[in-house]
Amino acid sequence: MHGLAFDIAHMLAGFLVLTSFMMLYQDRLSALINALAIQAAVLGASVAWQAVIQEAPHLYITALLALVFKAVVIPMALRRIIRQLGIHREIETVGGTGLTMLAGIGLVALALQVVLPVTAGSDAVAREDIALALSVVLLGLLMMVTRRNAVSQVVGFMSLENGIVLAATGARGMPLVVEISVAFSVLIAFIVVGIFLFRIRERFDTVDVQALDRFRGERR
Amino acid sequence: MIADLALQGVQMALVLLLAPLLTGFVRTLKARLLRRRGPPLLQPYRDLWRLLGKEAIVADSASWLFRAAPYLVFAATWVAAALVPTYATGLIFSWSGDLIAITALLGLARFAQTLAGLDVGTSFGAIGTSRELMIASMAEPAMIMIAFIVSLVAGSTQLSAIAAVMLTYEIGLRVSLAMALIALIIVALAENARIPVDNPATHLELTMVHEAMVLEYSGRHLAMIDLASSVKLLLYASLLACLFAPLGLAPLGSGLAAHLVGLAAYGAKVTGIGVMLAVFETSIAKMRVFRVPGFLGAALMLGFLGTILLFVSRSL
Repeated sequence: MHGLAFDIAHMLAGFLVLTSFMMLYQDRLSALINALAIQAAVLGASVAWQAVIQEAPHLYITALLALVFKAVVIPMALRRIIRQLGIHREIETVGGTGLTMLAGIGLVALALQVVLPVTAGSDAVAREDIALALSVVLLGLLMMVTRRNAVSQVVGFMSLENGIVLAATGARGMPLVVEISVAFSVLIAFIVVGIFLFRIRERFDTVDVQALDRFRGERR
Repeated sequence: MIADLALQGVQMALVLLLAPLLTGFVRTLKARLLRRRGPPLLQPYRDLWRLLGKEAIVADSASWLFRAAPYLVFAATWVAAALVPTYATGLIFSWSGDLIAITALLGLARFAQTLAGLDVGTSFGAIGTSRELMIASMAEPAMIMIAFIVSLVAGSTQLSAIAAVMLTYEIGLRVSLAMALIALIIVALAENARIPVDNPATHLELTMVHEAMVLEYSGRHLAMIDLASSVKLLLYASLLACLFAPLGLAPLGSGLAAHLVGLAAYGAKVTGIGVMLAVFETSIAKMRVFRVPGFLGAALMLGFLGTILLFVSRSL
């Protein structure tokens, strides 16, 4: 079989997918944000392990960025937002959690089916990381599609971005500048989204995006 | 051959003798955690003895099925328990039945019990049966997925062979096994009607599942059903111990010393599982019935995910 290096990378990437499913399962906002923080912490560990096995010290900076911004700063800010908006209630989901989870399993299978044949011949760790990273990205998208609450859509977006970072670190030779700029652009996107949340709330008295459907213009 | 048969016989007797003790232990410990005195440790034995001496009252509308079901339930559960290695591997019956056979035997027991629950035609029996089947429809696929994960890792569905593979360090770190462990714990809680899914101590009509199904039973029939549930609890404890903590299991053809070590380790493992069960049950509230599919769905999802991850790491 493979060595311990592969096993640990496999375990961390697997946990990352698992935390994505944890998020799909949660229907309370505060628990959802905790799950996001756990995912970011696992991502930090995963990136740090990539730094060890690839002997690429700059990846430690990426790991640190993931740990500080995504596991601490963004969850804290999100918690502040939901406290200020006063929404600790349940999230309404489109379809039940059971159906969403089944769809998620399907997406994971799809991601593996797509990535594994395409990357045949390259390094085992990279192949697996990219396959699981695509699963995390798809699960983040699924989260954004199935939730109506704007805050949980933001959480879905953050988890999608975690998947992108995993893919970027799995592939060797991603320059540090790109990673840092991605990390900061996500932070800026987060700030913009946070402002939008309050604007939506001010105008519609809710962060349920169904309230926006009236303004799409495709209905009569 | 005689020695093998004797080993199998000893383990079957051990399971039967120890099962009420585990039930009593968990009950006593739960009472102590709630700062009650609780029943004495040996109370389940006394209950069984008392029930065996009592007259069995059968409803007028009951058919032969109602009378036969308790024995069938007990027999199927006991045979399933005989296939799980307790303190020594290499059971002679183990070669005729594997993890999937155990699941099937437990399914047979459930089938008999639900038929008997519907047989009398009371509303309690019907509501208990429908809930039990709803739980089973999620728990059994999850159990099969767990069997797949474990057998993909070990290359066999034989419990003795799996335990032997788990004892070696070739396995390395496997996230799928962690998922299988969590899924198996969830399935075990659901199958044994423990707290987040069902409350074993309640006779409150709105919440009960298992107790509603067996409400019509009395006397020796009830004794058989109670003993079967105790054996089932011990079966799952043994299964958890054998799959995920096989340390100390006496291998095939080992001497007396290894068997004594195995017995001591088995006692410690089952005690540990009993303590964890009691602590878990006192620290958590029962779920609404309609939340249960989500809880068991998590087990099923873990099973699926673990299998998929195993396929990935295999194909690389």
